[in-house]
Amino acid sequence: MATLALEDVKKAFGATQVLHGVDLEVADGEMIVIVGASGCGKSTLLRIVAGLETATSGRVIIGGQDVTPLEPADRDVAMVFQNYALYPHMSVFDNMAYGLRIRGLPREVIARRVQEAAELLGIAALLERKPRQLSGGQRQRVAMGRAIVREPKLFLFDEPLSNLDAKLRVQMRAEIRRLQKRLGVTSLFVTHDQVEAMTLGDRLVVMHQGHAAQIATPMEIWERPADTYVAGFIGSPAMNFLPATLTAGGTAARLETNGLVLPFADGPRAGEEGRRLTLGIRPEHLRPGIGGLDLQVELVEPLGGESVLHGRLADGAPITAKLPGALHAEGPLGVIIPLEHLHVFDAETGKRLDAQA
Amino acid sequence: MPGPMSLQAPDVDALARRTRARQRREALLTHASLVVGVLIFAFPIYLTLIGSTHDVNTIGRGDVPLLPGGEAMANYSQAWSAGGGRYMGVPAAGMLLNSLVMALLITLGKIAISLTSAYAVVFFRFPFRMLAFWLIFITLMLPVEVRIIPTFQVMVDLKLTNSMAGLTVPLIASATATLLFRQFFLTIPDEYVEAAKIDGAGPLRFFKDVVLPLSVTNIAALFVILFIYGWNQYLWPLLIVNDRSLETIVVGLTKMIGGGDAQNEWNVIMATAVFALLPPVAVVVLMQRWFVKGLTETEK
Ligand SMILES: Nc1ncnc2c1ncn2[C@@H]1O[C@H](COP(=O)(O)OP(=O)(O)O)[C@@H](O)[C@H]1O
Ligand SMILES: [Mg+2]
Repeated sequence: MATLALEDVKKAFGATQVLHGVDLEVADGEMIVIVGASGCGKSTLLRIVAGLETATSGRVIIGGQDVTPLEPADRDVAMVFQNYALYPHMSVFDNMAYGLRIRGLPREVIARRVQEAAELLGIAALLERKPRQLSGGQRQRVAMGRAIVREPKLFLFDEPLSNLDAKLRVQMRAEIRRLQKRLGVTSLFVTHDQVEAMTLGDRLVVMHQGHAAQIATPMEIWERPADTYVAGFIGSPAMNFLPATLTAGGTAARLETNGLVLPFADGPRAGEEGRRLTLGIRPEHLRPGIGGLDLQVELVEPLGGESVLHGRLADGAPITAKLPGALHAEGPLGVIIPLEHLHVFDAETGKRLDAQA
Repeated sequence: MPGPMSLQAPDVDALARRTRARQRREALLTHASLVVGVLIFAFPIYLTLIGSTHDVNTIGRGDVPLLPGGEAMANYSQAWSAGGGRYMGVPAAGMLLNSLVMALLITLGKIAISLTSAYAVVFFRFPFRMLAFWLIFITLMLPVEVRIIPTFQVMVDLKLTNSMAGLTVPLIASATATLLFRQFFLTIPDEYVEAAKIDGAGPLRFFKDVVLPLSVTNIAALFVILFIYGWNQYLWPLLIVNDRSLETIVVGLTKMIGGGDAQNEWNVIMATAVFALLPPVAVVVLMQRWFVKGLTETEK
């Protein structure tokens, strides 16, 4: 158990800059989820923490100690890989015990730790089996067990649930969270799945093209996304974006599509009249009604209790709405934008514009 | 047939009969071709076996007997302990031992060297790594026969002629096996290496605990191929060894056959040939079982 700090970690592979300076402070026992689209540098960041990759510059500090120059084995971290990386010729017991044997622990200690971890994970009956005799979920547990027996300072997970089917993924997700809380081990968890990120993390790091676009709790990210990338990435279906301009002395926005003026519920924004904005509104916040947007609904996806409606505005811009009930038809539909759920971003930089104090 | 007939239910019995007939025809054809193949391959060996059970004059007369004779014990014991043919006096027992030692040294040496060099090339980053690989690779283009004169010179300079070392060392360097192991090592997932690094396993430990066990199947397959390669070596042993106590069975066998100035003891020669056959056959039979078992049990 330990804290973790990353200080301005940069990484370039040859001429390609993959990480542009990531800073992160992780408290003891915290579960941090690193989430982002494929190729944004999540794995690279995790592997730098593990010591499998050397940062071009910056420092990695585990438990107050600068481990940047240390080998992976000397950092006291454990990693769970996407494909589990279980040695096929070793039994489950041997796979879990391998790291402890290398560290030269006494035989009884190894046996006890493996037994305890196996019971914790419900795989005590499988210890004699080979990995190929296990189901995907069981292999996943063994990979977890291999990390747990080490009693490391840090758990590192690189998309460990991606190879499981949907149902098992949900189940293992809850199990990992439960275990992590119970063991209280500081953890970094990499995923590209935003639902996984929201449900697992104490805090999320949303990565975008080698930058940490936002580091915050899941709810804060959902309620106050730092920029349009985070706003569009977190939440399903994705947030709707509408071009607008600042008006009425900074207290309202005028939609470009139909000239509708939307006063800000939380206060005025800085900038002169006509400043170009992007307004964001989540599909689940739209309500049926007159006097807002006029949609032409092209597709209705009933989800049971609610439906997702895909439509277009008169100028062709796509809009998604998530409305209660299953009885929706294709065709024209009016929706209103609740002002308290409006997100305001700068059109140029994409950064969130908060109300002035 | 078009028309109303085609609308009726198909005649299942007729279709099933047709399928059975076709299966019978196919079975007949495959068996016929297999029998022909077996005859072509097995007949010379059968002749050798039969020939080794007759007395010296039967084959000397020009007969080719197809049924066993009664001299088997005498021929085999002469071949085993006394030898025969043109240069009487090299017993098969000694030559078999020489061949066995030579083939095993070549096989084990080749496997050891190619395992370690492939491990270095695949798992380590060092300067001139690819150059090292290509240097190994281009020796593939140079079989022993091509470099036989310089190699012989080197062995003479090192005073290794007429020794087991001289017999085996030049045959051990092997690009083929290195290449095979390299290809196999490349299929070992990077995550195994990384998991081992995090667990604290050093390179030798990883080699012993992970790479070697995973390579068992490949090693078994190579063992079979290389053992037969080593066993069948002819030109190099002929050249480097003239001390008859180091003679290998393949060389010894050819030396037993005369140039036509005297009658060959075909019965003893054939008995020796049967002896020469047995170890490679044993290796194939024994290792094949292990090799297939390895194939079906290993899995990612
Ligand atoms: N060893 C490497 N050599 C060169 N480029 C790499 C290497 N590893 C990763 N990259 C590049 O770095 C970027 C980020 O990779 P990665 O961290 O694996 O992304 P993610 O895990 O977020 O999908 C990708 O564009 C990838 O092509
Ligand atoms: Mg990745």
